[in-house]
Amino acid sequence: MVQIEGLGRLLAEHPFFRDMPDDVREIVVGCCANAHYRPGEFLFKEGGPADHFYLIRQGEVAVEVHAPGRSEGVVVENIGEGEIIGWSWLVPPYRWTFDARAADQVRAITIDAACLRRKIEGNHELGYELYKRFIPVMGRRISESRLRIVELTTEPGE
Amino acid sequence: MKRTVQESGVSHQRRAVIERDAVQALIDALGAEGYAVIGPRRRDGAIVYDPLTDAADLPWGWIDEQEGGRYRLHRDDRGAAFGHVVGPQSWKKYLYPPRQTLWTGRREGGGFTVETPQGPPPRYAFLGVRGCELAAIAVQDRVFGVVRHDGRSVGQQQYTDSGYAARRAAAFIVAVNCGRAAGTCFCDSIGTGPQAGPGYDLCLTELIGDGRHEFLVEAGSDRGAVLLDRLPARHAEGADLEAAAAVTEAARAGMGRRMEPDVAGLLARNLEHPRWDEVAGRCLSCANCTMVCPTCFCTTVEDTTDLTGDHVERWRRWDSCFTVDFSYIHGGSIRQGGASRYRQWMTHKLSSWYEQFGTSGCTGCGRCITWCPVGIDITEEARAIRASEGGASDGAD
Amino acid sequence: MDGVFLNPDPAAVDPMVPRPFRIERRLREVDGCFTLHLKAVDGRPLPYKPGQFNMLYVFGVGEVAISISGDCRDLNTLVHTVREVGTVTRAMAKLKPGDCIGVRGPFGNPWPVEEAYGNDILFVTGTIGLAPLRPLVYEVLNRRDRFGKVVLCYGSRGTHDILYEPLLHQWRGRFDMQVHVTVHSAHAGYRGRVGSVANLVKIARFDPEQTTAYVCRSETMTRPAVQALHDRGVTSDRIYVTLERNMKCGVGFCGHCQMGGSFMCKDGPVYRYADIERIFTVREL
Repeated sequence: MVQIEGLGRLLAEHPFFRDMPDDVREIVVGCCANAHYRPGEFLFKEGGPADHFYLIRQGEVAVEVHAPGRSEGVVVENIGEGEIIGWSWLVPPYRWTFDARAADQVRAITIDAACLRRKIEGNHELGYELYKRFIPVMGRRISESRLRIVELTTEPGE
Repeated sequence: MKRTVQESGVSHQRRAVIERDAVQALIDALGAEGYAVIGPRRRDGAIVYDPLTDAADLPWGWIDEQEGGRYRLHRDDRGAAFGHVVGPQSWKKYLYPPRQTLWTGRREGGGFTVETPQGPPPRYAFLGVRGCELAAIAVQDRVFGVVRHDGRSVGQQQYTDSGYAARRAAAFIVAVNCGRAAGTCFCDSIGTGPQAGPGYDLCLTELIGDGRHEFLVEAGSDRGAVLLDRLPARHAEGADLEAAAAVTEAARAGMGRRMEPDVAGLLARNLEHPRWDEVAGRCLSCANCTMVCPTCFCTTVEDTTDLTGDHVERWRRWDSCFTVDFSYIHGGSIRQGGASRYRQWMTHKLSSWYEQFGTSGCTGCGRCITWCPVGIDITEEARAIRASEGGASDGAD
Repeated sequence: MDGVFLNPDPAAVDPMVPRPFRIERRLREVDGCFTLHLKAVDGRPLPYKPGQFNMLYVFGVGEVAISISGDCRDLNTLVHTVREVGTVTRAMAKLKPGDCIGVRGPFGNPWPVEEAYGNDILFVTGTIGLAPLRPLVYEVLNRRDRFGKVVLCYGSRGTHDILYEPLLHQWRGRFDMQVHVTVHSAHAGYRGRVGSVANLVKIARFDPEQTTAYVCRSETMTRPAVQALHDRGVTSDRIYVTLERNMKCGVGFCGHCQMGGSFMCKDGPVYRYADIERIFTVREL
């Protein structure tokens, strides 16, 4: 129980969950766990089952694609403290579309996707509160990606 | 000798009446002062501004019929020298020539040297400057930084175009009050005519009728007054002044068109408007309107080199905002479409000009309407945008 | 008469005539970019303010508007960073130390500096946009004690085209400056940030209530940069942007660089965003 209380506090402190009604957020706590990743360690890999999502508490995570023929992957974005990573768990077939790798020491809260999907089915208010937070993040990332395409097209570079 | 007129400063007779034949005396007096007299002549089916030495060169008895996309000269029984209105040219042809050498350069050692054209500016006397044209010269005085103004930002041009300033300062202006308006004229609604405003040295009003053909001559400067003093003239009576007033009144009454009031604000709030696309459907982007406009000032530069590559010349020539490459920056042009180019021209002329120079860039001369091959009418475009705002103007008030 | 004739001073420098400058040094920057260090052949320096530009002339080829990229306190050396994009800049790229180019200027409205005294300073830029901004960064650092926090947000395509990278490292090493650099993509293991410049604005530490922001990006990318600043609470009256048009004469005579009622060559290229907000989003203006 001490563990759960600790997680509840961490969850409440994370910007993603901070303003969620306490009683709704409490439902999520049961699906959470603490995690730590060393630099270079993968959080998940492209094609793997999207069975978690991650609240980054500390450190940076690189979103990468594996490029055959290159010794290293290509980083397309990094996601830092206070942000979340992973929304493939919300959308069938629940598979990751990118790699995610710790760029340095990363502390995160992992949230079990199957557990959460089950709870959402039983509690639509929880679903509403979660989607309300996920959709702006997804929207922002899509829009930023588009702007980067614009920039690559309109601004000088190599 | 050349400076005596300007420096005299003596009070002189400000008004007089001269006979028709004394126009030659006026041309001669200007020539004696060292001026190259430029005035209206009939050439290639139009009235153009060319050098004059003989009063007979003036287009006595020719008047112009003007409408959207139409210009024709006709004989007229009254035999007036200035019965026509304005033709395709304006005085900017002389004050800011279509092609000017800015400098020449020569490669020397590892570097190069640059020289600017030297020598005194030409001394022009412009004979027959209309109210709208006098206003246009005053507008270009602001554009080229020879007259202060209260336009925004730096308040005035930081630089002065030395060539324009020199030609302008040397120019002697003989204005003419219009006795007729063309179908495309709208100076009255802009406030620049038909009576010539300030800025002239001398101003003529052609008085014809009851067997007489005379000119009321009014001096607007000391050098004008000195010159007037040398002409065979008689005292101007009250009746002469009344006759002169009737002349401009007739022009005012025959004014073919009018500009919408408060057009600057109207256009500023309608930068996005379907009318721009509509007019773009007719506009050929031929740039005629900018070439004939007496205030349009845009130029580009051309560099020419000789075969050795050691001598270069930089030329400045008139340019037009209607060309696609006018707004070219690396990657493409800002104003790709005809709609944005027409909008640029019209809003500049009637609206943003105020921000830049504290005045309208349009003086109501109507040339852009006459010389537009498809007869696009700037006053009609303004009216259409006004009408879309629900404040339709019937043109009668 | 509602004005007076200004007598042109015959001895005044004709703004249309280029002065020969000799190339002292030529530095390779990121691919397609180079920096020239110039000295006036006649020895007369060319004083300027951050944000101003010169018209650079290659003999027999033509002229192009290029921002000044040096430290305005160093009057002995005129510094221009140039990107090869057109006929003139490609010809310029072939010049060597000892060769001459013509310079007219400086022209344009500089970045205001004094107005930001007491405020936090935020620079938002990307790719070669750092070149016109560098004189301002130097000047802010020259007067460092006048300002609160100083933050630079910079983005480039990849890790190989970060302009002035050694200088950015040097600035990052200062205790009195935050330097955030981001790239669009990088090799795995890259220690820096990967993402948009807008993201940098989001994470930068400054007091939005008391920040003056200077944005130097392409016109397309200026809009999202301004949006990111608005999202943080920086208001339009404290945001300065630069814009680009076809500057040809530099003195407001030729008309090519107009945007609405302004001549970019003399009323810009630096604008207070609040002053142009209304017309900024009108297309093809």
